[in-house]
Amino acid sequence: MDINATLLGQAITFAVLVWFTMKFVWPPLTNMMDERAKRIADGLAAAERGKQDLEQASLRVEAEIRAAKQQATELILTAEKRANQVIDEAKQAARTEGERIIADAKAEIDQEVLRAKEALRSQVASIAVAGAEKILRKEIDAAKHADLLASIKAEL
Amino acid sequence: MAGSATEYIKHHLTHATVPHGGGFWSLNVDTFSVSLLLGFLFLFVFSYVTRTFSVEKPGRLQCFIEIVVDMVAGQVKDVFHAKSAMIAPLALSIFCWVFMMNAMDLLPVDLLPYLAQLIGEKVFGADPHHVYLRVVPSADANATFAMSLSVMFLIIGFSIKAKGLGGYVHELFSAPFGPKVGPINFIFQVLELIAKPISLALRLFGNMYAGELIFILIALLPWYMQWLLGAPWAIFHILIITLQAFVFMVLTIVYLSLAVEDH
Repeated sequence: MDINATLLGQAITFAVLVWFTMKFVWPPLTNMMDERAKRIADGLAAAERGKQDLEQASLRVEAEIRAAKQQATELILTAEKRANQVIDEAKQAARTEGERIIADAKAEIDQEVLRAKEALRSQVASIAVAGAEKILRKEIDAAKHADLLASIKAEL
Repeated sequence: MAGSATEYIKHHLTHATVPHGGGFWSLNVDTFSVSLLLGFLFLFVFSYVTRTFSVEKPGRLQCFIEIVVDMVAGQVKDVFHAKSAMIAPLALSIFCWVFMMNAMDLLPVDLLPYLAQLIGEKVFGADPHHVYLRVVPSADANATFAMSLSVMFLIIGFSIKAKGLGGYVHELFSAPFGPKVGPINFIFQVLELIAKPISLALRLFGNMYAGELIFILIALLPWYMQWLLGAPWAIFHILIITLQAFVFMVLTIVYLSLAVEDH
């Protein structure tokens, strides 16, 4: 264990070593490690946030699906109601239309009957006149008794 | 055999000193160059990682460096409560440097000295018996005392910075027994101050020197038996070198934190 000038040399070496580490090794290393730790923490926080967002989104989706289902059910109900209504209306319309057709037909028939009666009446009159003519040919002058004949015709 | 064994051990425990036997103003070239190389290796690897640092995709080297830095930062945060830009880098330098210097112990005990002898003989034409190389810088008291004395000056510097020159001098004379017995306090304080670097340096030096010596003794065994003792001792030494580096670092932090706290 001889102490000699090596001690001084080693002390200078040591001082340089410590100085260099202080200046160029320690600060950048610790800074970058801190930065890395921060990044990792941020990443984990972001992941956590993403998970929460996803949970909320799925909750919202569920609620929306439920609302949509409800709406669909309501739509179907109203549609059914509306269809029934339409059918009822159609039935009603058909019924009135039928009744109207029947009424028209009845009226037409009545008119036809009237017309037939008219025709018959005039034919009966002419037949009666013809008959009376035949009977009265010898005694009645058509020209003389024209007034009489006209009044009979009007009465018929 | 006994003579050659003694010679072998002696040869292994002699530093490559320039000039040889030159008293205080000579230099242990082996300690100096090996520790310098290891220091540059540490700086190179760590500053390389600072330049290639990736926040998104850390490589394995980066993760390893981060583990080391995190460990040191955790120790500093646990022990040292004042604010200082120097203490954590200091602790990191000490831990890595001491660890690497200690780790030279795990290289085969004859490998580098033998290579040095070969090079010395073939390239420089030197007598191989006079080519010395000790590859474990921390088994040289010069290296350990260099660090521990630097730490002692840092203790003084930290004290003065935290309490002011007057405050520190006042503390030297008034603690722990009160200002009435000032000189006794001063003697105690100086003893305490000197004991710290001595214990730091001798603990590391003693451990590494003893470890190296045992590796040398194991190397004297017949070659087919060496692994029986060498392997367990080397495995045990993995623990020792890490522990010694850790202890040196933690004690430095503790001493400096004591320096900035009021007694």
